[in-house]
Amino acid sequence: MKPAPFDYVRASSVEEAVAALAASNGDAKVLAGGQSLVPMLNFRVVDAPLFVDINGIEGLDLIEEKEDGGLRIGALTRHFALETSVSVRDRFPVLHEAMKHVAHLAIRNRGTIGGSLSHADPAAELPMMAVLLDAKIVAAGPDGEREIPAGDFFTAPLTTVLAPDEIVVAVDLPGLPAVTGWGFEEFAQRRGDFAVAGVAALVTREGGTVTNTRIALMGLHDTPVRARSAEAAFGESGIEAAAVAARQDADPMNDLHGSADYRRHLAEALTRRVLTAALERAAQ
Amino acid sequence: MFGEKIKRVEDPALLRGKGKYLDDIHLPGMLHAAFVRAPVAHATFSDIDSSAALAIDGVVAVYTLDDLRPHLTDTVMPVEQPSGALKLSASPSTLADGEVRYVGEPVACVIAESPYIAEDAAQLVFVDYSNLPVSADYLSALDDGAATAHSDFADNLVAGFTLAYGDTDDTFAGAAHVFRETLHQHKGLGHAIECRGVAAELNPRDHVLNVWSATQMAHRAQSILVQMLDLPEDRIRVVTPNVGGGFGPKFVFYQEEVVVPLAAMLLGRPVKWVEDRREHFTAATMERDQLWDMEVAVNADGRLLGVRGTMAHDHGAYTPYGVNLPYNAATNFLGPYELPSMSLDVKLALTNMTPVTPVRGAGRPQGTFAMERLMDRIARELGLDRVEVRRRNLIPAESMPYDTQIKTRDGATMTYDSGDYPAALDAALERGGYSDFAARQAAALAEGRYLGIGVANYVEGTGRGPFESAVVRIKPSGKIVIYTGATDQGQGLKTALAQVCAAQTGAAIEDIEVVTGDTGKVSLGLGAFASRQAVTAGSSVHVAALEVRNKALKVAAHLLEAAEEDLDIADGKISVRGVPDMSVTLGDVARAVQGMPGFSLPGGVDPGMEATANFSPPTLTYCNGVHVAEVEVDPGTGHVQVLNYVIVHDSGRLINPTIVEGQITGGATHGLGSALFERMIYDDQGQPQTTNFGEYLLPSAPEVPHFDMIHMESPTPLNPLGVKGAGEGGTIPVTSAIASAVDDALSPFGVVVRDLPIEPKRIVEMINQSS
Repeated sequence: MKPAPFDYVRASSVEEAVAALAASNGDAKVLAGGQSLVPMLNFRVVDAPLFVDINGIEGLDLIEEKEDGGLRIGALTRHFALETSVSVRDRFPVLHEAMKHVAHLAIRNRGTIGGSLSHADPAAELPMMAVLLDAKIVAAGPDGEREIPAGDFFTAPLTTVLAPDEIVVAVDLPGLPAVTGWGFEEFAQRRGDFAVAGVAALVTREGGTVTNTRIALMGLHDTPVRARSAEAAFGESGIEAAAVAARQDADPMNDLHGSADYRRHLAEALTRRVLTAALERAAQ
Repeated sequence: MFGEKIKRVEDPALLRGKGKYLDDIHLPGMLHAAFVRAPVAHATFSDIDSSAALAIDGVVAVYTLDDLRPHLTDTVMPVEQPSGALKLSASPSTLADGEVRYVGEPVACVIAESPYIAEDAAQLVFVDYSNLPVSADYLSALDDGAATAHSDFADNLVAGFTLAYGDTDDTFAGAAHVFRETLHQHKGLGHAIECRGVAAELNPRDHVLNVWSATQMAHRAQSILVQMLDLPEDRIRVVTPNVGGGFGPKFVFYQEEVVVPLAAMLLGRPVKWVEDRREHFTAATMERDQLWDMEVAVNADGRLLGVRGTMAHDHGAYTPYGVNLPYNAATNFLGPYELPSMSLDVKLALTNMTPVTPVRGAGRPQGTFAMERLMDRIARELGLDRVEVRRRNLIPAESMPYDTQIKTRDGATMTYDSGDYPAALDAALERGGYSDFAARQAAALAEGRYLGIGVANYVEGTGRGPFESAVVRIKPSGKIVIYTGATDQGQGLKTALAQVCAAQTGAAIEDIEVVTGDTGKVSLGLGAFASRQAVTAGSSVHVAALEVRNKALKVAAHLLEAAEEDLDIADGKISVRGVPDMSVTLGDVARAVQGMPGFSLPGGVDPGMEATANFSPPTLTYCNGVHVAEVEVDPGTGHVQVLNYVIVHDSGRLINPTIVEGQITGGATHGLGSALFERMIYDDQGQPQTTNFGEYLLPSAPEVPHFDMIHMESPTPLNPLGVKGAGEGGTIPVTSAIASAVDDALSPFGVVVRDLPIEPKRIVEMINQSS
């Protein structure tokens, strides 16, 4: 397939990009890594009159360490940079692990965190990581910047709260408590495919007692979600109860690669595995 | 040279990106085609409005069937292969003739200055469809009153046949045990890395219509074009450039292959069309579904007495090839076993989906799967080891050649020519660690891991005739050229043929050029199908090269004033044995017979150092093999990991083991796709649901295990080289071996695989159903 005709603007600043978006009456698309957008363009699934390329904007690809143990990640940071960042590995090992599962190397070399979050695929790793890690997503629009909690950012498959003239510019990850173990599991029939389902967990211990548990699901809802009842069940009754509760937290779709029943089965099986791993790591 | 693992002569160019594929053809003034395709599975239409498309700058023409009709001898494609099994004639129309019968069927063709403009315009061609009831389920399609795939047909039974011998009724009445299995088998597309494509130009200087096509069958394409366009053979030349894989779908002659050349003629400008992947998913032929409902009768020892049953086959909307696929499936069911009686009733159903034609394996994987699943069932029921049941039923080596009771397509007895099936099984089991597997399995299970092992046998008829052509010529330069009607899609054909030629002529491989699939170079030819080219083209090259060798020796004897029997031919030279200084080159002997005005030829030979051979194999030659798969299944996710995979195969003498290993690896990978990954899904309205590689899964590098191969070589007496085909064998038993291994791994749950592919969600479902 060949794309339909379109116009193209290469922005050199966030302001210029936002202005171009605002001038298009909501029809323009932002081009970052292009790993989802360009195939959809060639399939003629996306037919936009204007593409605003933000790859020329400087300063959007930084990974900065924060004093609270957190990170600020620029929107144009490539997946491969996240995967190989020492800061990410040391501060958010669960994100380091998740990045290895993002598509294939060639795609990771181009794809960006801002693009993945804005694309909002419910089975993608980065949206789930944003939800798990309580990320604040920083978006710029005509009226300046605003911070959006990841839990409020995703509204439906491929849909976010971003206005048509807003661009994600950064993601803030707050630091994790000291003794936090993690687990990440996803299932795709082939390495690199979008997961049929995935589960990630963080378990914090203080003095031998579990004080906080976070469980996030992907491919199991129309957006990435926290598995709140599984989190509660884990605190009260342990892994098995949490795994069963995760099945209840899931509200998955039927599609070609998995029935809703199969996805619920995966929610339970993978929750069992990630909590086991997170508990072990929190004990070390 | 013959039998050596030399490097492929094709690779230096292909690996450096120097290949010349269809889309690399750029001619001055070239136009580009895009096809308007049916968006619905079954509908009539009367009006096509092209005005908006024609209004776009750069659009040159929009053709419908009415525009082409005056230039064609017949709008129906003359592609049907004769068969007594056919009950309905369902050849496709060049472009849809008032009724579309599958999503993707070409309806109109837009010609424009660029492929982008052509696609823009194709979206603007308006066709006013009136939907008809859809035949989207091949099983209910055969019921009375089912929606017909063609509105002018009374039913969907396009073909049917019964394969039977012996008395199954008596056999079943007296058998110790009877077991029944119902198997849903799915097999997918060919998915060559290069999709289809065709380019054409009417040469204004000699008025020859040059057609380049990514086809497996150049000469057939020429013959059909001659017939449809009513031009003499010398005015149409079909050339295959480098072709990036065939696997069966490129055997078919398609609508686009006549529309594009005709457009080039009508417009007087070159035209090119290259299929994209999404088109390939609906517009190129594929395999799909078969339902096997089989009963087997055995004696108390598990020896086969008879098999009876039915098989229903999804044929798709048209017959662009014939009925070989289900016929192969039926005849191949027998495999390497002694089966005293058989009755299989086969029905082919027309459906409003893409036409079904053979893809690598061509029905044989399905026949093998049916037999091998029955073998496992017998073992389970009688408490015997799966291998023991097979061993009791294998045809012994001393029975070769073995006359089966099955007749081939041409009515001859199907005779296995050579092979040692029990020895192949033993070799595979030994390499696969079968005898100590039970201990490995038990140890793994103690750790909560589910390991399984599966074993499957197969036999494959290869080297289908009637012939293949070869011309071998030593040129006065001393270089050799081979022309053949065989076609090259990346298999290593050129290397293999050069090796066969070098073995006779003593020429260096780099001095032998092989020209394939060009109707301008050799008048006869067939092409690539049925694992046949090493057998047929290889033998033709051998026969022709031997003739050229003998002539070269005769001429050299004259030039050297020596006796022929005292000459050696090697390293591009013919020399007197023991006197290496007394020699002539191959170029010398070729020059000696090219003729000089007024001088007679040396030794009274005919002019030219050239020979033609069209070797016709008397019948098929049967290769065989055994696969042993060891897998781990994760009951939590349904994931199947292949841990170890052993392949023993016997395709007769090997011309080049490296090429055969490549074929087996690719074939087995294809089989792994059928076993675990590939599923072409349509909804109940005949809409395809899997039209990209995110939706339709192929095995990729991490999913493909190392295939541990053992070569056995049982030469066939049916051709001078003793070779058998190797292109498809790797595919055939994979689904059977993997299914058996998955059963074994999940035996604590009592799971039995009866559907293909074995998807993770299905494994979880089967486990849940059993517990």
